[in-house]
Amino acid sequence: MSGESATDYIQHHLTNLNLDLTEGTVEPGATGFWNLHLDTLIMSFGLGALFCYIFWLAARQATSGTPGRLQNAVEAIVEFVDKTVSETFHAKSRLIAPLALTIFCWVFLANLMDLIPIDLVPSILSALGVSYWKVLPSVDLNFTFGLSLSVLVLIIAYGIMGKGVGGFFKEFLTHPFGIWLLPFNLVLNLVEFLAKPISLALRLFGNLYAAELIFLLISLLPWWIQWALGTPWAIFHILVVPLQAFIFMVLTVVYLAMAYERH
Amino acid sequence: MNFSATLWGPMISFVLFVWFTMKYVWPPIQQALADRQQQIADGLAAGERGKQELEKAQSEVEAMLRDAREQATEIINQANKRQDEMIEEARAEARAEADRILAAAREEVEQESRRAREELRKEVSSLAVQASSQILKREVDAKAHQDLIDQLATQL
Repeated sequence: MSGESATDYIQHHLTNLNLDLTEGTVEPGATGFWNLHLDTLIMSFGLGALFCYIFWLAARQATSGTPGRLQNAVEAIVEFVDKTVSETFHAKSRLIAPLALTIFCWVFLANLMDLIPIDLVPSILSALGVSYWKVLPSVDLNFTFGLSLSVLVLIIAYGIMGKGVGGFFKEFLTHPFGIWLLPFNLVLNLVEFLAKPISLALRLFGNLYAAELIFLLISLLPWWIQWALGTPWAIFHILVVPLQAFIFMVLTVVYLAMAYERH
Repeated sequence: MNFSATLWGPMISFVLFVWFTMKYVWPPIQQALADRQQQIADGLAAGERGKQELEKAQSEVEAMLRDAREQATEIINQANKRQDEMIEEARAEARAEADRILAAAREEVEQESRRAREELRKEVSSLAVQASSQILKREVDAKAHQDLIDQLATQL
């Protein structure tokens, strides 16, 4: 932070590399719907692709004999996810377990970017002429809501699959107070319905945003004391990073199970 | 921190990644896990089977050994019996042979003695006749020699 004020420094780190779609120019800080956060898109897609590639490598060479290191690690994760899912979602589904695995690994990798020294990537990229770069996709609401809205679509789909179109809407209107309190049911269910994706997205965003902000504040301290706060905070986030990924996965499966199974 | 078209990015990638995982990642790994589970189960079952077979084989071996021992004992007993029989037979035969030889010898002795006696009798008679004729030639006193003749007669 040479010469800039603390506010500018933090502001800079929290600004996406933005592509204005209406004008076709790179314009950080622009508002409106027709903008693309290039850093979020590239980071999230790249991390997801990395997950797919690593797991595909393991799956391609998967053997029932003695597994190698990679297969061991991948199997451990797969079995962990499989166990968690089968404890929650009791019906047979070919989609749920791979979905949970994807969410867990993708969100985990996205959160893991939190542990990269915060000035490392932006300073490398600014030397290459890219002025803004948020390396942590979980700190973009577009990423977390992108995930949670996809989950919402799945919740609706599974609700209809499990209960039929009629059953789904009937539950929406008559649950939990019965047909005579229909408006209350509707409002209640609507709130509950919307609370799911919002809480999913905001929980992830909030946790990682706070983490990132604290790291930024720590990096404002004199260099010789940074380790004293940065190290415990980073160690703490070794816990938070997989925990948030796990929570996102488990809640997704729970929501889908609630939508699918009859009460 | 505002919503923008960026929202579509993660949604589309999400669908893509989930599809990829579902198609190319999950099934092979699950397959490998299931196969390994099957292999381990098979291995354990095979071990159990092997153990049972070993026990069976051991008991078979024991039975065979017992049979063999019994047979050996029987054979030895038979052999002993046969030996006794043979010895008994041989002894009986030898005894019979001895009896036969003894009988033959006795018979021969008997015959021989009978013949000798016969001969002797003949000789004595002729001797007696000779003697008597001699005596008679020398006007014998029959009375005086009567006891001599009697003595001879008793000796025969």
